[in-house]
Amino acid sequence: MKEFALIFRNSTNAEFTPSPDQMQEVMTSWINWMGSLGAQGILADKGNRLGFTESKTVKPNNVVTDGPYTEIKEFISGYIVLKTATLDDAVEIAKGCPVFKVGGNVEVRGVVDMNDNN
Amino acid sequence: MTITKNLRRSLYSYKDLLFPFKMKEQELIPHLFRTEYRKLIAVLCKHFGFECIEIAEDIASDTFLLATETWSFKGLPNNPAAWLYTVARNKANDYLKHHHLFDEKISPLIELESTINYEMDIDLSNRNIADSELQMMFAVCHPSISTEAQIGLALRILCGFGIEEIANAFLTNKETINKRLLRAKDKLRTEKVKIEFPGEGEINQRLNTVLTTLYLLFSEGYYSFSQDVILRKDLCLEAMRLTLILIENDQTNKPSVNALISLMCFHASRFDARINQNGESILYPEQDKSLWDMELIAKGEYFLNRASKGNSLTKYHLEAGIAFWHTRQTDSNEKWKNILYLYNQLLQIEYSPMAALNRTFALSKVYGKQEALSEAEKLNLQGNYLYHTLLGELYTDIDNSMAIIHFRKALSLSKSSSERMHLLNKIEHCKILN
Repeated sequence: MKEFALIFRNSTNAEFTPSPDQMQEVMTSWINWMGSLGAQGILADKGNRLGFTESKTVKPNNVVTDGPYTEIKEFISGYIVLKTATLDDAVEIAKGCPVFKVGGNVEVRGVVDMNDNN
Repeated sequence: MTITKNLRRSLYSYKDLLFPFKMKEQELIPHLFRTEYRKLIAVLCKHFGFECIEIAEDIASDTFLLATETWSFKGLPNNPAAWLYTVARNKANDYLKHHHLFDEKISPLIELESTINYEMDIDLSNRNIADSELQMMFAVCHPSISTEAQIGLALRILCGFGIEEIANAFLTNKETINKRLLRAKDKLRTEKVKIEFPGEGEINQRLNTVLTTLYLLFSEGYYSFSQDVILRKDLCLEAMRLTLILIENDQTNKPSVNALISLMCFHASRFDARINQNGESILYPEQDKSLWDMELIAKGEYFLNRASKGNSLTKYHLEAGIAFWHTRQTDSNEKWKNILYLYNQLLQIEYSPMAALNRTFALSKVYGKQEALSEAEKLNLQGNYLYHTLLGELYTDIDNSMAIIHFRKALSLSKSSSERMHLLNKIEHCKILN
């Protein structure tokens, strides 16, 4: 078994501002999805959600801007770490992530351990 | 310690713990022995130190032996507790004098500064007893020994269980238990574990160790396969009693501890309903709800309330919440939604096959069997009896051939005759539906 980080990005695109009901539905999907991963015993780290209101970006020459890094109209909203046999297994699981309901995406990265050369 | 073993099998109930009342005289002796044994051990150990725990145990045992012999001839003294303490004190002083003389004769060059007086004044005030028991709990539930050893030692020293009973509880033999306890005591000696309250810096971590052990002790009683139903109930009771000691002390009266005792109360409320006379489990949906103890449920709610103060959310909080919802008898959507929500959170903090299976069952109640089936197939718990039972249930009315396959698999893994009956009925039912 190896560890893979799933990094979630949300879109800053205006068309994805959900109604309160939609928000509720998405939240329920997230809780169910995380619970499902927990139940499968593949959650190495339940990770963290990363906030929006308290965020800044520090760039070269001590330039500080408000908010997360959104040069690409997306921002990282959180991450978890899974335990699976292969990268492809982790990718299959990522396909079920509720982030797609709000126009987001998932980056899957192998966690480098001491013996890796990746 | 066969004397205390037989006397211990008592009249001691949940009500004694949570709703103290005046005891009648004929109930006095069993209750007295068990209570006083542990108090004496706690105080003597505090005085002698952990290195000499066997001495403390011997003194306490001798005292009770003498009590049993004397009282069966002469009858109960006016103040039995005081009688026991006097005898124990005398024996302790005799030991000290003997020990001191031994030292004086054999090693004339005593360089150690002796702080022990020849006449030991054992402080047996309620305050000192409570403090000693609490300190003993921290000493026994020490991270340097395995949790198995911690539980064994707790049962012996904190609860006054005999070696044979501990062996029964763990479904093993006396030699194994004796070895385990000996190794544990040696380890505590080499680690120089003191019988004292942990400092500010380590209290939280040490408390976590204690809670883990108490929870495991409770689970031993609740989930064990031992046929001895009284013993299993006693294990649960002891775990609750020890947890209550933590509640009663300001420094350990934390939300997590309140959550733990709440959880224990909820589970214990169903004890009579979940076991038949052969010691076999009756599943939740099939339990006779009139056997649920409503007073215990009320106590559980009381402690759950106290646990909700503050910001912490531990696995004990989640499990207590889940247990709370299980005490609601109506099979509402709200009940199962809440249970599912809580399991979703619990499984993120800590995985267990039981939680995974229970979560899937709750999911079927909220979203239906199809949804639950696709989740169940991801669980990877083949060979687990409960897994196949669950799959059998979920497949019933959807794919009865699959249901039969899983019920048959569960049958081959089953260890109890009432379970097998239950499964055979399910298989027959599915055959008819097909």
